[in-house]
Amino acid sequence: MALDKNISDRWHNSDILLLGGSAGSFKLLFHIVKILPPNLNKAVVVAMHRKKNYLSEVEKLFADGAGMSTVEINDKDKINKNTIYIVPANYHTLIEKDYSFALDVSEALWFSKPSIDITFESAADAYYDKCTAILFSGANQDGAEGLLKLKKAGSLTIAQHPEDAVMPEMPQAAIDISAADYVLRAEEIYELLKS
Amino acid sequence: MAGELIMDTTTQGLTTEQISELIDLVKKVHGFDFSDYSKASLKRRLTRVMMIKKLTFYDLKHKLVNDPLFFQIFLEEITVNVTEMFRDPLFYRAVNTLVLPYLSTYQHIKIWSAGCSSGEEVYSLAILLNQAGFTEKSFIYGTDVNTIVLKEARKGIYSFRSIKTYAENYQLAGLSGSLTDYFTTLYDAAAIHSGLKVNTLFSVHNLISDTIFNEFQLISCRNVFIYFETRLQEKILELFYKSLCPHGFLVLGSKETIRSDFFKKKFKVINQKENIYQKIGS
Repeated sequence: MALDKNISDRWHNSDILLLGGSAGSFKLLFHIVKILPPNLNKAVVVAMHRKKNYLSEVEKLFADGAGMSTVEINDKDKINKNTIYIVPANYHTLIEKDYSFALDVSEALWFSKPSIDITFESAADAYYDKCTAILFSGANQDGAEGLLKLKKAGSLTIAQHPEDAVMPEMPQAAIDISAADYVLRAEEIYELLKS
Repeated sequence: MAGELIMDTTTQGLTTEQISELIDLVKKVHGFDFSDYSKASLKRRLTRVMMIKKLTFYDLKHKLVNDPLFFQIFLEEITVNVTEMFRDPLFYRAVNTLVLPYLSTYQHIKIWSAGCSSGEEVYSLAILLNQAGFTEKSFIYGTDVNTIVLKEARKGIYSFRSIKTYAENYQLAGLSGSLTDYFTTLYDAAAIHSGLKVNTLFSVHNLISDTIFNEFQLISCRNVFIYFETRLQEKILELFYKSLCPHGFLVLGSKETIRSDFFKKKFKVINQKENIYQKIGS
């Protein structure tokens, strides 16, 4: 596709890229982390649902594949550009106005901890219109409300095309409440992020 | 900031000014200081309490000033009381191998679980001590700001649903037998054996305003610092440092670290991943 100027301008003006995914999104997120140029000049936050106590190698896999340095978030870490931050399992991750992370162990939302909504909503309070947020495949409704809040704050919001998603519920929930500025297929998302 | 004004008119959320107003009010009326709490979490909790109790910002202010019973309920909703027995099983493995052998050399082992909520961590530690044969010579103090959760902690009764999760954690911590060996079954819940409660005490303590009350060999403060800004963390680190015996241990949550350069020099890292520290000096 030819990217319209509006979307690529807004992407280029963002300070932070927020990626939210659940069931069926791992391969896409992994691919994105690989193709992002190391001099992106933005911070990247990956909020992905996974089981607690599941001693996964997700962080290692991401770190090995990525061109940028990859870290699993610790509480009060400062947010730096050209770094990929992986939201830890069994915590919610919030973004503070001083561009640092704050963790939270409170109740799961949509049976999920991490909650994508919580990260997205707090990002809207800290970055206003300076985010690009993308919601990928998933089997529940997490992320939709957060994406709407980002959209209202003026950030660029994208939902993966439900036909293109392994589990369409999550992006569909965002589309249903008009939270997405754009509905794109994975290939189109890759093209945008590489541009 | 212009962006902020736009946000505030297009969403139902509390404004930064409204949050400051609530912080000031609670400080004045109840002497409880939320000023150095992590703001993003605090905003979520305040919004949540307004939703649950169906209060507007003005209702909330009114109740905080005029309803004497409301503050405890407010405090219970604002503070996060989510906890588990053997949360982060690998942490308990590390305590078992790195801390307990050291503690065994003391004649009396005093432990402080700061921010103990409904007591799950206190009883997890009590089980570890029991397995090591230290129950007789140990004492665990559980403290929290919230009197409602402390009542739960003293009961030591947990739902089957919770126990199921705790039992999985217990297995992952690599401990022998089963967690249910330490519980007596009730109808839809289970009670911790009274033998494990004997050497425990739960009481109110506010990390922000209260002071030293004993000397400890181990202080556990897990997933409390995440709600505090670093300046407040440093203040509480000083309280912990002073409350520890020489070579005493401090353990923080798995995602929490000592940020203060001053206190980095005052504690030796025993396990980086699980945030186990040992006091240097006296």
